[in-house]
Amino acid sequence: MSARVLVGVKRVIDYAVKIRVKPDRTGVVTDGVKHSMNPFCEIAVEEAVKLKEKKLVKEVVAVSCGPQQVQETIRTALAMGADRGIHVEVSGKDYETLGPLQVSKILAALAKKEQADLIILGKQAIDDDCNQTGQMTAALLDWPQGTFASELTFEADKLKVVREIDGGLETIMIKLPAVVTADLRLNTPRYATLPNIMKAKKKKIANVKPADLGVDVSSRLEVLKVDEPPQRQAGVKVETVEDLVGKLKEAGRI
Amino acid sequence: MSNPLRGEVLRLYKNLLYLGRDYPKGTSYFRERLKTAFMKNKDITDPEKIKKLVDRGDLVIKELEALYFLRKYRAMKKRYCEPEH
Repeated sequence: MSARVLVGVKRVIDYAVKIRVKPDRTGVVTDGVKHSMNPFCEIAVEEAVKLKEKKLVKEVVAVSCGPQQVQETIRTALAMGADRGIHVEVSGKDYETLGPLQVSKILAALAKKEQADLIILGKQAIDDDCNQTGQMTAALLDWPQGTFASELTFEADKLKVVREIDGGLETIMIKLPAVVTADLRLNTPRYATLPNIMKAKKKKIANVKPADLGVDVSSRLEVLKVDEPPQRQAGVKVETVEDLVGKLKEAGRI
Repeated sequence: MSNPLRGEVLRLYKNLLYLGRDYPKGTSYFRERLKTAFMKNKDITDPEKIKKLVDRGDLVIKELEALYFLRKYRAMKKRYCEPEH
């Protein structure tokens, strides 16, 4: 198979970090905070690398959009087994407002340029929880999509995707080229150990600007404010049933 | 110091140090204990014994990778998956 897979990876605040809102309420604190690859993107990379190991695809290309630091994330993807990387440079204000619409335009342009047959993305990012990029990319390319994939199999020139949906699993057959978004149970991502990272240093990361792809990254959305969720109120313990009824009446519940 | 195995031991130490960056209790906690564990065995010269300790170290690497995966999987499952009936 001469298929080429494009895998989108996003650099997000590490899942284990306690998020704090900036005092000016415009966003969350990112300076000096540990960042890593979005967990669902890790699953996407793992799936692409597995397909290459099974010789079902020929090349895995890892893509990320953002400032200089996203190169770390691309390096992790290369350490996991991707063949080469593409860094789409977006920085400053543009990066702050970069969202699924802009990223999907970039991915669509890259897919055409690199002649990709399959795009695998994570189902959503743990920072913005949009769950839109995969779907938008498929729409822009007019490609079929297999979202929330928990199992992926090649059957002749089609892709069988088992999707995790409310109430169970749905199996669909889609034609290539296609977009797939990875759900939690698709696979177990390998850890990018130090020896793998060292070996991946030889792999190339190309630099591209959105303008080179003819994409306008300006956003039509404006963040008005960012707040923490309301603090949980402490519960009250009561001694008797009468007390409970009394307290409920006080709170206007009955 | 047994020369051929010195490289192995250093490789193991560097790999473990790299893995320690994601340790739940913190990088410094991990690094302290890693150094103590390696220093405890610094006077061993028997290549057999050293090989055994290096193998145990490789096992620790596997255990850490499993720990990290499970932690992340459980966190993601809790946040994004509906509880099963």
